[in-house]
Amino acid sequence: MTLQGLVQPFIIIAVMALLAKPFGTYLYKVFEGGSTFLDPILGPLERFAYKISGIDPQREMRWTTYGLSLLAVNLVGFVILFILLRIQEFLPLNPAHQSAVPFWVTFNTAISFVTNTNWQVYSGETTMSYLSQMWLVSQQFISPAIGITFLLVLVRGFSRQESKTVGNFWRDLVRGILWVGLPLALVGSVVLVWLGSPQNFNPYVHATTLQGSHQVIAQGPVASMTSIMQLGDNGGGFFNMNAAHPYAAPNAASLMFQEILGFLIPVGVIYMFGKMINKKRQAWAIFIAMSAMFLIGSVALYHFEAAGNPIINHIGLATHGNMEGKEVRFGVGTTSLFENTTTAVSWGSVAASNDSLTPLGGLVTLFNMNTGEVIFGSWGVGLMGMLGYVILAVFLAGLMVGRTPEFLGKKISAYEVKMASLFLLIPAFAILILTAISLTTHAGLSGIFNPGPHGLTEVAYAFSSGVANNGSAFGGLSSSSPWYSATVGLAMLIGRYPMYIPLLAVGGSLALKQRVPASAGTFPTEGPMFIGLLISTVVIVGALIFFPVYALGPIAEHFAMVAGKLF
Amino acid sequence: MQASPTNTQEEVQHDHESKKEPRKINALGDKALRKRAYKESFKKLGLRTMAHNPVMLTVEIGSILTTLDTIRYLFIGPSSAFWFTFQISIWLWLTVLFANFAEAIAEGSGQAQADALRKTRTDTNAKRETSPGQFEVVSASDLQKGDIVVLEAGDIIPGDGQVIEGIAAIDESAITGESAPVIRESGGDRDAVTGGTRVISDQIRVKITATKGNSFLDKMIALIEGAKRHKTPNEIALSLLLAGLTLIFLVVVITLAPIAAYSKVVVSITIFISLLVCLIPTTIGGLLSAIGISGMNRLLQANVLALSGRAVEAAGDVNVVLLDKTGTLTLGNRHATEFLAISGIQEAELAEAAFLSSLADETPEGRSIVDLAKNKFNLENPDATNFEFVPFTAQTRMSGVDFEGHEIRKGAVDSVLKWVGSDLVSETKEAVDSISRSGGTPLLVAKDNKLLGVIHLKDVVKQGISERLEELRKSGIRTVMITGDNPITAAAIAKEVGVDDFLAEATPERKMEYIKEMKAEGYMVGMVGDGTNDAPALAHADLAVAMNSGTMAAREAGNMVDLDSSPTKLIEIVEVGKQILITRGALTTFSIANDVAKYFAIIPAMFILAFPGLQALNIMQLTSPESAILSAVIFNAIIIPILIPLALKGVKYRPAGAGEILRRNILFYGFGGLIVPFIGIKLIDMLITSLHLVSLVK
Repeated sequence: MTLQGLVQPFIIIAVMALLAKPFGTYLYKVFEGGSTFLDPILGPLERFAYKISGIDPQREMRWTTYGLSLLAVNLVGFVILFILLRIQEFLPLNPAHQSAVPFWVTFNTAISFVTNTNWQVYSGETTMSYLSQMWLVSQQFISPAIGITFLLVLVRGFSRQESKTVGNFWRDLVRGILWVGLPLALVGSVVLVWLGSPQNFNPYVHATTLQGSHQVIAQGPVASMTSIMQLGDNGGGFFNMNAAHPYAAPNAASLMFQEILGFLIPVGVIYMFGKMINKKRQAWAIFIAMSAMFLIGSVALYHFEAAGNPIINHIGLATHGNMEGKEVRFGVGTTSLFENTTTAVSWGSVAASNDSLTPLGGLVTLFNMNTGEVIFGSWGVGLMGMLGYVILAVFLAGLMVGRTPEFLGKKISAYEVKMASLFLLIPAFAILILTAISLTTHAGLSGIFNPGPHGLTEVAYAFSSGVANNGSAFGGLSSSSPWYSATVGLAMLIGRYPMYIPLLAVGGSLALKQRVPASAGTFPTEGPMFIGLLISTVVIVGALIFFPVYALGPIAEHFAMVAGKLF
Repeated sequence: MQASPTNTQEEVQHDHESKKEPRKINALGDKALRKRAYKESFKKLGLRTMAHNPVMLTVEIGSILTTLDTIRYLFIGPSSAFWFTFQISIWLWLTVLFANFAEAIAEGSGQAQADALRKTRTDTNAKRETSPGQFEVVSASDLQKGDIVVLEAGDIIPGDGQVIEGIAAIDESAITGESAPVIRESGGDRDAVTGGTRVISDQIRVKITATKGNSFLDKMIALIEGAKRHKTPNEIALSLLLAGLTLIFLVVVITLAPIAAYSKVVVSITIFISLLVCLIPTTIGGLLSAIGISGMNRLLQANVLALSGRAVEAAGDVNVVLLDKTGTLTLGNRHATEFLAISGIQEAELAEAAFLSSLADETPEGRSIVDLAKNKFNLENPDATNFEFVPFTAQTRMSGVDFEGHEIRKGAVDSVLKWVGSDLVSETKEAVDSISRSGGTPLLVAKDNKLLGVIHLKDVVKQGISERLEELRKSGIRTVMITGDNPITAAAIAKEVGVDDFLAEATPERKMEYIKEMKAEGYMVGMVGDGTNDAPALAHADLAVAMNSGTMAAREAGNMVDLDSSPTKLIEIVEVGKQILITRGALTTFSIANDVAKYFAIIPAMFILAFPGLQALNIMQLTSPESAILSAVIFNAIIIPILIPLALKGVKYRPAGAGEILRRNILFYGFGGLIVPFIGIKLIDMLITSLHLVSLVK
């Protein structure tokens, strides 16, 4: 391990701590009122959008109406995407003459981009026409903005009292796209072009390499797609190999910039949450809990990767830890950080082949996703999931202070506990049941490239990534087979709607409640005690569910590796 | 309950709070109760009875399956597998039985109290008034609501009712355990009588207010027996969470079967069930209902009858308590502390006049004046044969004495001034005002139409009350003093006692308004009341404790009845409410934290054959897979009876801020929950190893 490699994650967190306030304040103004410097340009656009669609942005909605509107937008997005991918060969902007996308791949892809997962079972540059890529990009703006709308309902549950309504979905969505997604992506693209990524509509370049072999070098609007892919925590890269491709991340500076881009909104919404509830210390407590888990994960992953594989080390092949499947330009430290972040912040793009991570390194990425991607997570839903854990933690420990548990003055009663439990058990069921079925059916088993514990990790990772709406692939699995296209598609659906709608309901129910004034008898939720409690809840309640799978997958593989056996 | 200085009835103030034996039942120490609980534990095994507790139902179904597995091994062998499966089955059944026992023992101690009460519910005859002066003897069970009965000394009161005429001493020991008789009289705040109690003097006419089966005693028995015990809101929420966790681990274990099969590990159903039982929160699942029941019992032992479980829980949540000044914060009477003579009059002269006028005044205030004068000036009781005492009346608001042509009067400032027919000199006015400001009551003394001076009557703050209030403050509870005094006096006493706020010149309407305002701000309000005019405020409070000595209206408006009629009981009730919640939370945290150790015992044991490397996870160094699994199952079972005393007694509650309580409990039950099972499982494993109970093959 090098000092530079160790320090990197700490630098990222420090930068984020500095950016949280300005971005959080901006987000607060966008969604909860106040003016921003972009209003003169975007205001007319917003009013125009409402005018042509006949929306009254002032009309307040109950959480049910809000939720149905949200589902409707996603359904329409799914249908358009589905049709477009199936008939892309007849549509313009297709210089590479890509043909129709296969049915299950289309099913999977449409869900993937609607749910902000952006799991790609296709190879971007060899499957999609430019028009399809561009439409996918538009989904990359809509789906993360929808993530914020999810969060807004829950947070308004805390910030409002005795209110039947939780805001207007259309207004939140439009402002999320116009004020957040578009301007930031634009700035991001410009910086990425400056850092060396291409941005064009040229046909692919054909070249002959020094060894004389033929190579097709894909071109396209790489910078803009990379920008929103990172910013929106999407991960639907232009290239199949994502950030490991020299165009997507031409250098370390570009990679670092992309990391920061991915963190921006997930960190910003934490501060926005603090402003909405008027308790910034609470927001910082959550930020610290997430940061602690992020740093431990990053250092652990780096440690396992730097230690590498004892068998290979023994025969003297490796000198820099585990370099298998890693981009040589970045090295172990930077790549490890990127892989931890991609599963923590949920952007899902990779800079390495996760299949080649050491077993325990892979375990860290699984842990990040299985706990619901609450270590920052993607836009809105990351914090929303963490607040789900907060509700569980507050309920369990809150009883211990001798009062009906409450958080931010709102009593946590049976309804909230029931919904938070659903939030916990729905994704766990999806991952475990789909993994179990895949391991007992021919369709599932035939897609596994590596037998034994490694194969189990591959399957568990695919469903974990799907349910977590992460979109990164471990690899080593024929994910484009109809079985995995369909089941991972299902996992992505479950991990978006059934998982988070219970928390929407919590928001609706909390908004109705009156706030209890704080006193010395109130459960303290801002100090180190609470931070420790929250982390323990995530680890014990969230991850213990998967302990048997970890034991049979990565842990068994690790000890086998130590004993000299590889899978 | 605002005391006028000379109200004779105030003497019956209940100052005997801690004189009597609490009705304590030590459930675990009582042999008969234990015996009954053993039997009940088996009776509760019926699947339909178990259905109310999904956690333990899961364990029981698991026990049935492992028992079937045991029988299978009995026929197909090998005997080592039979022996192992047999022991696991035994311990799984014991887990269920231990949980049932916990519930049964908690119910049992309530049952014993109910039985004691039921004995008092003997059927008696009553004299029913048919028309004024005409009576017929009917059975108590034939009495209807609205009937009027006449009761004399020695009669058992046939049903709950309201005294409409007369005054009587009543022995209420049957329901309160308190042997000193209490006074019940018509037209006041003490007109309620309870069926089953006994008249020991005088005669009263009582209007029956409840029919048989609906009486206070019936309600009390029903509540104690748990026939009407509903789960409280927090208990429901916790049960849901426990059911959710059970469901999750059920899926974890069921899906583990194909995953294990993929990994080419052969695991028997008994081992899967052992894992499941160890992971689901059996400790709290087994003790949850015992905690709730014993909480109610603890209240009952404190002589408080909670009319609903919801009220008990609300008690823990209360963050504002309204406390009556008189009787709760201060003694029910004032004491004379000084004589302030006006210029030209000797203090001794004033003292003597005050002394003479108070000789016949049997109120505590009057006696305190006599005592003060005697102590200060060594006065002796005069020959009082020619004395004509003038008693206090509500109209004159004065009392005094006429003797040898002299007239002495003492009383409220304005009344005495009226009698004297003059105004206060500025010096006296200052003295009067300063007494009022300090929270005292000034009494003027005049002799023969001439003002002598002022007696300073002071409210005496109850001993230890300030400390209790400080404890409440530490727990984050605001204390509000309710008094009929004017704001100046109220402020002074509030300061002396140490309450956070006060409500002066309180009328029933103002009390109710105050409660409504606090509730609108999100506070949970607790109060004690006894009079009919307290009923509206009681009905609005979240925790409304009615005194048993109070009126029927107050009792009906409250959600708890304090049989001791002790005004400070509210504080104890709040503590019991908190204790129940803390106990539930602590055991839940303990239960969930236990899972970590159990995983480390069972997971390596399950898969070690296929992946020998997993031995590294066996951090407890348990002897063999079989001993590891059995140890975890045994630990999981015996932790329930070990924790029964804690569940029955409740986690100790020391008033403190939430942060401190949390730190203490997390350290104890959270970290304890992580560490204890590691030690416990290791010890059990060592025992199993030394006894060779299972195969020790690694």
